[in-house]
Amino acid sequence: MDKLEQVAASAIRVRGLCKSYRVFKRPGGLWPAVRSLWHREYEEMQAVRDLSFAIEPGERVGFLGPNGAGKTTTLKMLSGLLHPSGGEILVGGYTPQLRQTAFLQQITLVMGQKQQLLWDLPPADTFELNRAVYDVPRAQYQRTLAELTELLDLSQVMKTPTRQLSLGERMKCELAAALLHLPKVLFLDEPTIGLDVSMQVTLRQFIRDYNQRYGATVLLTSHYMEDVEALCPRVLVIAKGRLRFDGELKSLVHSLRPEKRVTLRLPGPAPAGVLEKIGTVVQSSGTQAVVQVPQAELRAAMSYLLDALPVIDLTVEDPPLEEVMRELFAETDGPAAKTEGAGSP
Amino acid sequence: MSAAVAVRPRAAGVRLWVRAFPTLLRIGLAEALAYRAEMLVWMLTTTMPLVSMVLWQSAAQGTQLGPTKLGSAELTAYFLLTLVVRLSTSSWVLWLLTEDIRSGALAQRLLRPVHPLLGYVASQLASMPLRGALVLPLAIALLWNLSPHSLTHDPVQVALFVLSLPGAWLLSFLSMTFVGLLAFYIDSAAGLFYVWVGLYTIFSGYLIPLVLLPTWLGKLATWLPFQYMLEVPVRMLLGWPIAGGARDTVAGRLAALQSLGIQYLYVGVLLLAVMLLWRAGLRRYAAFGG
Repeated sequence: MDKLEQVAASAIRVRGLCKSYRVFKRPGGLWPAVRSLWHREYEEMQAVRDLSFAIEPGERVGFLGPNGAGKTTTLKMLSGLLHPSGGEILVGGYTPQLRQTAFLQQITLVMGQKQQLLWDLPPADTFELNRAVYDVPRAQYQRTLAELTELLDLSQVMKTPTRQLSLGERMKCELAAALLHLPKVLFLDEPTIGLDVSMQVTLRQFIRDYNQRYGATVLLTSHYMEDVEALCPRVLVIAKGRLRFDGELKSLVHSLRPEKRVTLRLPGPAPAGVLEKIGTVVQSSGTQAVVQVPQAELRAAMSYLLDALPVIDLTVEDPPLEEVMRELFAETDGPAAKTEGAGSP
Repeated sequence: MSAAVAVRPRAAGVRLWVRAFPTLLRIGLAEALAYRAEMLVWMLTTTMPLVSMVLWQSAAQGTQLGPTKLGSAELTAYFLLTLVVRLSTSSWVLWLLTEDIRSGALAQRLLRPVHPLLGYVASQLASMPLRGALVLPLAIALLWNLSPHSLTHDPVQVALFVLSLPGAWLLSFLSMTFVGLLAFYIDSAAGLFYVWVGLYTIFSGYLIPLVLLPTWLGKLATWLPFQYMLEVPVRMLLGWPIAGGARDTVAGRLAALQSLGIQYLYVGVLLLAVMLLWRAGLRRYAAFGG
């Protein structure tokens, strides 16, 4: 398959995508408020700038960036809710903003902070509504609903009005409602926001399962790095509307933090100066110490530690993704943004 | 989950809308029943014609008003029918639409493959049975007490009245939708509802029969679509002259038929305007918060 065919076969292809908003600006105070009645000042706000990437069918991709980076705007353009100001998008071969029926029947957008469930009716009514509007054949609908009910443990909540459900129950129902028509492309915007840890794990497992069984493409934004780590082998990082990184999550972490994190359990506090010899001490309190060690020096550091200290237990890990992302977002916020690895289709 | 495959191609376009519409209506009815108390309160707030009736009856005591010499009995019949037509043809889509655009909730409707406006149509129509259950007993009780001469006896006029009711509802729905779609362009669209209600109250005959308006205002009303949402159907059933046609005559029937034609012409024009504004508005839509 040559490059051109590969691009055509992509589940999602974005090239030179831009989105700008005209935002009304007015200083505070009475006079500016009165003046704005006849003289309104607008500012052009660039939410997305020259964004290009391609995602293959069946890929699970994390879409990362600080608040206001343009993630949700991009997802809304990919799902046809917003018209781009420039550039082009193809999702499953369709131009999203045309909102053709065949396109809408093969995508879904789940927004963790917005719901499609009918507030005063039980989820079963929303499911039935979606069956009708997506024209899902009755037999297929019943089979899919039975499976989703079992996997997400929905049987107890199907007939309870949505307003009486807990956040976790609502989110599970949201996912079920969004997947009843078996979409091929899933846009997930903060799907686990506000959920407790066990519910997050359940939803992650479910999304992964759906992706594997149906070969669906998943593009996910989340502020919970556990979501990204668990689900997305590949990440796109954007900041201020521009793509800053496109590649494997592992290589992003290694390029930003080429250190390993060594956690030690000791019978008592480590003697002064021992830990500092092998790397940066992140934490040293009582019987636990955490040291960051350059990858290349890990072997030597291990043998030094085991000789120098009465180690009870020792683990070696990558630095927490949360921390790496915080560092990356801080960098991309500045003028010298990291652009290595930024890909284009 | 088993990787099931659809056994038949899914419907698209109008065929999909037709297939989905009964379910949209059923869900809409379920929602209307869930909000039954709210709907009852809303309907009770639309009893302005009864207040107008009392006021105008006292104004007409022992005299006849306007160029057509409206007496107390005519005014009573007018306002009772106004109430019935208003309750059976009104819509609140403007309020829903502006709120959905402002809050970003429109996004969820846009993600579905059925046109969002069809969803609004279904939600409004679905409340009809509930409205009917409330309006019909009231209408029957009130009309029972009217003088038999207050209503037309001409079956053609009655048939035209029946045909004008869907037209009145469509006009009300489409004009509200048109104004509601301006929320795509206006930052604060909350006031639009009140602008529409103000115009409707004056120019539809809701507050006062148009014949009693000052001449210049009455003339202005004839150029606006509002009278076709309320007073024109009311006049058809009352057998009042429409556009100069006398009661229960061939000329009267033709005049009423002409009004029906104009009503549906307005429906067509507004439908076109709504579709154009919808298309243009979507290009501007920012889906904030949604």
